[in-house]
Amino acid sequence: MAELPDRASVVVIGAGIVGNSLVHHLAELGWTDIVQLDKGPLPNPGGSTGHASNFIFPVDHNREIAEITLDSMRQYKEMGVFTESGGIEVARTEERMEELRRRMSSSRARGVESRMVTPQEVAEMVPFLEPSVIVGGFYTPSVGVVDSLRAGTIMRERAMARNALTVVANVEVTDLLVEDGHVRGVETTGGTIHADTVVIACGVWSPRLAQMAGAHIPLTPAVHQMISVGPCTALAEKPGEISFPIIRDMDTFCYERQHGSDMEVGSYGHRAILHDVDEIPSNEQAKLSPTEMPFTSDDFDPQLEQALELMPELLGDEKAEMRYAINGLLSLTPDGFPIVGETPEVKGLWSAAAIWIKEGPGMGRAIAEWMTHGQPEIDLHQSDVSRFHPHQRTRAHVRSRAGEGFIKTYGIVHPGEQWSGSRPVRLAPMHASQKELGAVFFEASGWERPQWYESNAPLVEKFGDAVMPREHEWDSRWWSPIINAEHLQMREAGGIVDLTAFVVFDVLGPQALEAVDRVIVANADVPVGKVLYTPVLDERGVFRSDLTVMRLAHDHFRVVTGSSHGMQDLKWWTDRMPEGAVCVDVTSAVSTVGLWGPQAAAVLGSLTAADVSPGAFAFGTCRQIEIGNLPVLASRISYVGEHGWELHVPMEMGAALWDRLLEAGRPLGVVPVGIGVYTTTGRMEKGYRAYGTELDADRTPAEAGMARARLKDADFIGKEALVAQGADAPRAVLCTLTVDDHTSTSGTKRYMLGGEPILTRDGGELVDGHGNHAYVTSAASAPSLGRHVLMAYLPPDQASVGNELAVSYMEELYPVTVGSVDATPLFDPENTRLKGRY
Amino acid sequence: MAEVNILVCVKRAADVTGEVVLTADGTALDGRYSGYAMSGHETAAVEIAVSLVEQHGGSVTVLTLGDEDAVEQLRDALAVGADDAVHIEADSSAYGPADVAAAIAEVVRARADAGTAYDLVLVGNDAADTGNFQVGIRLAYLLDRPVVAGVQSAEVADGTATLHVGSAEGTETYEVALPAVATVLEGGVDPRYPNIRGRMRAKKAPVETVTAGVEPKGGRTLGLSLPPPAPTQVTVLGEGPGAAPAVVDVLRKIGVLS
Repeated sequence: MAELPDRASVVVIGAGIVGNSLVHHLAELGWTDIVQLDKGPLPNPGGSTGHASNFIFPVDHNREIAEITLDSMRQYKEMGVFTESGGIEVARTEERMEELRRRMSSSRARGVESRMVTPQEVAEMVPFLEPSVIVGGFYTPSVGVVDSLRAGTIMRERAMARNALTVVANVEVTDLLVEDGHVRGVETTGGTIHADTVVIACGVWSPRLAQMAGAHIPLTPAVHQMISVGPCTALAEKPGEISFPIIRDMDTFCYERQHGSDMEVGSYGHRAILHDVDEIPSNEQAKLSPTEMPFTSDDFDPQLEQALELMPELLGDEKAEMRYAINGLLSLTPDGFPIVGETPEVKGLWSAAAIWIKEGPGMGRAIAEWMTHGQPEIDLHQSDVSRFHPHQRTRAHVRSRAGEGFIKTYGIVHPGEQWSGSRPVRLAPMHASQKELGAVFFEASGWERPQWYESNAPLVEKFGDAVMPREHEWDSRWWSPIINAEHLQMREAGGIVDLTAFVVFDVLGPQALEAVDRVIVANADVPVGKVLYTPVLDERGVFRSDLTVMRLAHDHFRVVTGSSHGMQDLKWWTDRMPEGAVCVDVTSAVSTVGLWGPQAAAVLGSLTAADVSPGAFAFGTCRQIEIGNLPVLASRISYVGEHGWELHVPMEMGAALWDRLLEAGRPLGVVPVGIGVYTTTGRMEKGYRAYGTELDADRTPAEAGMARARLKDADFIGKEALVAQGADAPRAVLCTLTVDDHTSTSGTKRYMLGGEPILTRDGGELVDGHGNHAYVTSAASAPSLGRHVLMAYLPPDQASVGNELAVSYMEELYPVTVGSVDATPLFDPENTRLKGRY
Repeated sequence: MAEVNILVCVKRAADVTGEVVLTADGTALDGRYSGYAMSGHETAAVEIAVSLVEQHGGSVTVLTLGDEDAVEQLRDALAVGADDAVHIEADSSAYGPADVAAAIAEVVRARADAGTAYDLVLVGNDAADTGNFQVGIRLAYLLDRPVVAGVQSAEVADGTATLHVGSAEGTETYEVALPAVATVLEGGVDPRYPNIRGRMRAKKAPVETVTAGVEPKGGRTLGLSLPPPAPTQVTVLGEGPGAAPAVVDVLRKIGVLS
C-alpha cells in the first residue's frame, strides 16, 4: 500500500464510483499529485457503489440528469464494462401508461430510441413475466448493466499510469483543515496531508466530512431494500450475467434485474427509512459492509407479493432461495438532485455527492472540468451545491423532503407538483392578506407564493372562454383557469404581484462599479438610477444567469434575481469580487411588490406625490419615492410587458405597501395576481426567456436571440468568447411557437406543459447544430392571444416565421407554427404598453 | 413411524456473525449495526425439525420469549417451513435460564392439554447473547424427559430419537426414548434459506401470543467485555498470475478443491 504523502495538489476523499471517476478525469485534464483516500479496503471500500444494482436506464424527464447519464454510458462502454440488456418499464394502470407515453416524449426529446410495447411483446422478451398483470410497457433497447467496481479500478489505474495519482486505502479522514475560509488540508488516521483543494466524494458519509470544515452537504442516508433470489431454473441455462431485459414494475416501485441465475428484486416502494450518518456502522462493525444494513423483512413483504404476481413461476420457484437481502444505504437529497461543486462556505472544498451509478463517470468528468476550467461542459446548475438556501441545509428539511421524495423515485411526478412537507418556512409580510384572498400557495425556495387567488374566481366568469379552460385532468393539475383570468384582468386594468421571494444582494465599495462591470454583459457605467436587465455569462460566453441590476449610488449596485437560482448567483458574484467590493445578501431585508397594467400609473399616482407619468419616470430607471410614510425604491421594469414598477420596501413595511396598493387598485379594477401570471402567461406572451428553461450554460446569447448589436468597451467575463461566437452562425435558434390545433384523437383538447419534442409535421426528428433534439423549454397559455405558446430551440434552417411543425404530446402529434424566431414578442411586438402608451 | 410434533425454541439476539458491539453500559450486545437474528444453533435446530417433519409428517412449532420485535424471528422460522408459532410476550432481559425453561415448560404442558404433544423439543446449545447453556437441561428436568446436548443431526423412528453429537474425537450417537429434549449445536446440517412463497406463507401463518405464568427471578449479567482481537497473520501468496499455484494449494488445503 502506498505511503501517505504530506502534500497534494488535491485530495479526493472516497473511492466509490464518484471518487474513482473524478481522479481519472482530473489526471486526464493534467492534474498531478492527486491523492485519493478511503477508510475502507479496495476495490470495494464499503459504500453504496459496492451494493449497487448497477443498471442504467438512459431516459429521464430531466435534461441535466439525462445528459450526464448518457455521458456515463459512453464512458462505461469505452471501458468495456457495459452490457446492453434492454429495459422495460411496465404499467399496471392506464394512469401509468400515460406516464410512459410522457417518458416517450422525454426519450424523443433526447434522441434516445424507445418504443411502447404491448403486454404480449413484453412477454416475448421476458418469458417469465405474466402479461395479464400489465397493460403495456416502455422499452428502451439501450438499457444495460455495468460493473461499477471494475470501472472504478480501471479509472484509478489509468490515473496511476499517468503518475498522477497516489491511492491510500484504509485511512480515515479525522478532520479538515480550514484557514480564513479556505481549505488547507486533511488530517487522517495516517497523518496530515496539506492541500488547497479537497473533494468530498464520500457518498452517505459526505455530510459528516463537510461538517468537519463548517460546510454543508445536505443529504441523508436512506434505505433502498434489495433481495436476491436464486438459483432460478429459468435463468440457470443462460450464459453470462444478464440475458433478459431489466423490468421496472413502475406501479409497485420495484425492479427485477437478472444477475446470472439469480433475480434481484429492489424496491422504492417501502416506507422511507432514513438514517443519520452516525448510525452507519464502521467497516469493522458491519456484518456485510457499512452500507448493507440488516434487512427489515416486514418492510419488504408487500413488495414480495407484488413481485410474485409479475413473475409467478420464476420467483415462486421453491428452489429459488432468498440468500441475500439488505437494507442498502444510498444518498437522498431534499430535491432529488446530486450535490456537486465548490461549497459556498469553504473555498477549495468541493462536493461530489449523491451521485448514482448511472451518473458517476459523467459527473466525474464534469466536476473535473469545473475544477480545471471553472465550469463543466454540461450545465450542472440543478446539481450545484451552492443552490441551497440556508433553511434547505437543515437536518429537518433534508429528512422531510428526502422522505417525501423517496416514493417519487418511480412515481408519477407532475411537472407542477408541489412538496407538502417542510412548509411553511418563509412567509412574505403580506401573507395574512394573501391567505384571506384565498391564495393557492406554491413554494419557491421555501417562500409561500400565491400562484393564483380564489378571490379572483369571478374573473373566470367575466372572461368566459378566453381563460382557455383545460379539459384534461393532467393538463389542468396544479393549474387553474384563474391564472389566465388574472392575466386578462392585468392586461385590461392591472395586477399586483408579490415578488418578495426575489434574491436581492448589494455590491458595495469603492470598486463596486469595476466589479459589476466585469460580471455583467450590460454596461454598468451608467448614471445612478439606471436599471439594467443583463445576461451574466461564463468564460465560454454561455449563460450563468440573467438578472437585473440597479445602480443606487456611485459605489452601490443592487442585484435582483430569481429565488431558485439566487444562491448560485450570490456565490458566482461573491467569488468574483475584487479587493474593494463586497456582496451583501439583503434578501431577508427587502420585500418587493410588482404593479403593472394600464392603470398602474393611476394607482401609484394616487398614493405618491412623485411624478410617475411615463415621461417623467422613464423605463429602465429607478428612484426613491414616498408612498405616504413608506420609503419605496421604485424600479420601472417589467417581466409581463406592461407599464409599471417593481416596488421595493424594507421587509417590515411590505404588508403596509401591499394593503395600500390593493386599496388604491380596487376601484380601478387592479387586482392581486399570482405568480402564475408573472412567470408563465405574462412572460411567454412577451417572449421573455427564463433562466433554467431557455437560458443555461448550454446556450449562447445569439442562440437565445439576445445578442447585442455592440459590446461595451470594458472587459467582462465571456466577452472574448462572444466576439468569437459573433463570427459563427448560431447552431440553434430559440423560437416561439403557437399550437394550431389541440384536439387529440379522442376528441379531448390537450395542452402541453413543457419538455415535449418538436418534430416536423409528419413526425420527423429535428436536430440542431449541437446535435440536440428540439424540445419545448417552456409552455403556457397566452390568453391575450387566445393561443397556447411554446418555446423551443430549433435548428437554424427551421427557424422561420410561419414554419409549420408539430409537437408530440402523449404520443400524438399536434400542429404548431413558428411565431417568432428572436426576442420579438407575439403580444404587443412594438412594446407600446411597456412604454405606457395605452 | 407415526408423525412427529417438534417444538423449536429460538431467541432474538444481536447477530454475532460480524464484529460484536456492546451497549454503552456493557451489560448486553448492541445489534443496531449487525441486526437481530436467531442464533446459528437455533437456525440448525429449525432445519433439523423441518427436515424430520418433511420425512415423517407431523408439525413444527416455533417458540420464542421476547418483545414484539421477536416475532420477526418466528416469521423467519415459519418462512423455512415451521407450521405455527408461539410468542411468549415478555422482556427477555428479565428472564434467567430457569425462568425461560419454566415458561417453555408451561407452553409444552398447555399444548399437550390442548392436544398437541411435542415428541421432541429442540433448543439452541446456548443463546447468542447470554450464553448460559442452561435452558435445555432445565427444561428437560422440568418436563422429566431425557436430554442430549450438542446435537448436530437427528433421526426419529418408532418412538426413539437417534441424536448425533459431534466431538473432537468423532461422533457420539445417542438413542433416547421420545418425548425428549435436545440442545442443538450448529454445523451438522445445512440450513435452508427462505424462498418467496415461504415468506408469503410465514406472513399468514398463525402466531399464538401468550404471557408467561411465572414471575421471573432473573439472572443478572454484571458485565460483558470483549476479548482482544484474535491475532491475524497475513501471508502474501504472490503477485499476478505467478501466485496461482499457491492459491490452488490453499484451496486444496481448506477443502474447496479436492
